[in-house]
Amino acid sequence: MTEPLSFEKSRPNAHAPRLPDADVAAEELDRVLPREVLRSRPPTLPRLSEPEVMRHYSKLASMNYSISEQFYPLGSCTMKYNPVANEAAAALPGFTAIHPYQDEETVQGALELMWRLEHALCAVVGVDRVTLQPAAGAHGEWTALRMIQAFHRSHGEARTEVLVPDSAHGTNPASAALSGFQVVEVASAPDGRISLADLEAKLSPRVAALMLTNPNTLGLFERDILDIAELVHNTGAKLYYDGANLNAFMGVCRPGDMGFDAVHMNLHKTFTTPHGGGGPGAGPVGVKAELVPFLPKPTVERLNGQLKLDFKRPQSIGRVRSFYGNFGMLVRAYTYILAMGGDGLTQASMDAVLSANYLRKRVEGLLDVPHEGPCMHEFVASARNLAPNGIKALDVAKGLLERDFYAPTIYFPLVVPEAIMVEPTETESKATLDAFAAAIKEIVQEAKEQPEKLHNEPHSLPVGRLDEVATARRINAYLQGQSEDPILRWKPAPNEAC
Amino acid sequence: MAGRLYTRSHEWLAVEGKTATAGITDFAQSQLGDVVFLELPNPGRKLAAGESFGVVESVKAASDLYSPVTGRVTAVNDKLAGKPELINSDPYGDGWILKLELSGELPRDLMDEAAYKQFTESQK
Repeated sequence: MTEPLSFEKSRPNAHAPRLPDADVAAEELDRVLPREVLRSRPPTLPRLSEPEVMRHYSKLASMNYSISEQFYPLGSCTMKYNPVANEAAAALPGFTAIHPYQDEETVQGALELMWRLEHALCAVVGVDRVTLQPAAGAHGEWTALRMIQAFHRSHGEARTEVLVPDSAHGTNPASAALSGFQVVEVASAPDGRISLADLEAKLSPRVAALMLTNPNTLGLFERDILDIAELVHNTGAKLYYDGANLNAFMGVCRPGDMGFDAVHMNLHKTFTTPHGGGGPGAGPVGVKAELVPFLPKPTVERLNGQLKLDFKRPQSIGRVRSFYGNFGMLVRAYTYILAMGGDGLTQASMDAVLSANYLRKRVEGLLDVPHEGPCMHEFVASARNLAPNGIKALDVAKGLLERDFYAPTIYFPLVVPEAIMVEPTETESKATLDAFAAAIKEIVQEAKEQPEKLHNEPHSLPVGRLDEVATARRINAYLQGQSEDPILRWKPAPNEAC
Repeated sequence: MAGRLYTRSHEWLAVEGKTATAGITDFAQSQLGDVVFLELPNPGRKLAAGESFGVVESVKAASDLYSPVTGRVTAVNDKLAGKPELINSDPYGDGWILKLELSGELPRDLMDEAAYKQFTESQK
């Protein structure tokens, strides 16, 4: 079942409830806006009645796929179940009915929550202070790099390079480039971990920081982390922790104890706030004492029993977000931490690692699993064993969609050909993991016996195989002025004036 | 004209006197899959051996392109903007990417056909 576009359902005479005429005279638009920015005719918007609009969006919503309905094995991008208690807390009027311009004395509860969340996160990752401002993960990376840059500058050093492993998340080099650094790639060793020899070769007094995810994107713990930290610190550089994979070891070990100087966390991954669909995200950054003066301002301080916003921070890199970050997400994350408790967080990570290892064993022998286990909270398989049948990772992913699962991450990390990256998380039952493994088994069998059938999947979903290549080429050709091909499938009829 | 030379980052180079033509290898295009977009430099740009000069993008991945040699860009294959699929269909012919005016020696780590073949076997 598909649903036409609202434009395609438009009827010339339909309308939503009509608003009463205003009882003041309307200002002529060209008196308040320059003529050159005014449209010559109104935009062509769809015309539908209120029930039609309601049904249109309800149908689209029913086609949606979310973690509230089914398993979501998206690797390296922890998609955790969002507990209902989080929503109940975030909906409390004490949080929803306040305004960021209110006096501090009248929002002590909100400041208390920020203060407590900061200290809880400090305890989880082993740092001295945390900023809650960054609005998402990449924003957190950028914030941390700006603090590291400010630290080096305060020591009269203009370090220009940032090291990034070849298995890193794409946002790492992007954040470094956006902060004005030159990105230098560090190779992986054959075991999938960062190559110490290559790291040593790339380290120099020009290097400001090494950005590292631990466990890395292959789901492998960087067991040389203490040596890595020593090498990095010996050259005066800082060690940055990308928190995408923090779900692997909460309450078991702490990035701060491993030698990381700046630690980013994704509340929308590890701490169960909504992820995807615009979230919004929240990417707090924790720092060790040396970097504390550079934290974004304001910070929340407790003074004589009162909570205050501290703007007097001369070395601060400034605000990185309007007001105080995505506050509603902070409430949800703090609720999760309280509901779980320290023991609960530890158990969550241990269960996440157990689930991943169980599924890894179930998938071994069906797909290639190129790196030796055990893994941490995720693992990377490869569909290259199906290449002789003309089957690629993409086909396996589409086969999973046909079998009512969301597809795992494919073609990432780039260091594994035909990568299929799976992260089950701690909330999935053994029955769900078994059902997923059974689906993989069925797909692999189909790949060998009837590859053509697999090539045509999914066929029971509202849309089948999309022609991604033609779409991408058409859009690029259009953007480069090489074609006038419309990108939208719907075009207004020439005589269709509103 | 001598045989093509190859880099570990899967570019090829065909040298003719002081000029050279470069592109990505058949192995590279087969690993990338259908190419949908290329970001390429303007003629006149000076490149150092190993320097990133552009990006090739497929629906699977975006990869940096690295200059196999030091030199100045004299021409860019402008057909690729409208037909990136030439990289897939004819990587050593109509899918060429750059022409360069060479300066200095060729890097020593460029591989010949046999060595590159062995290198890609180890990558599979």
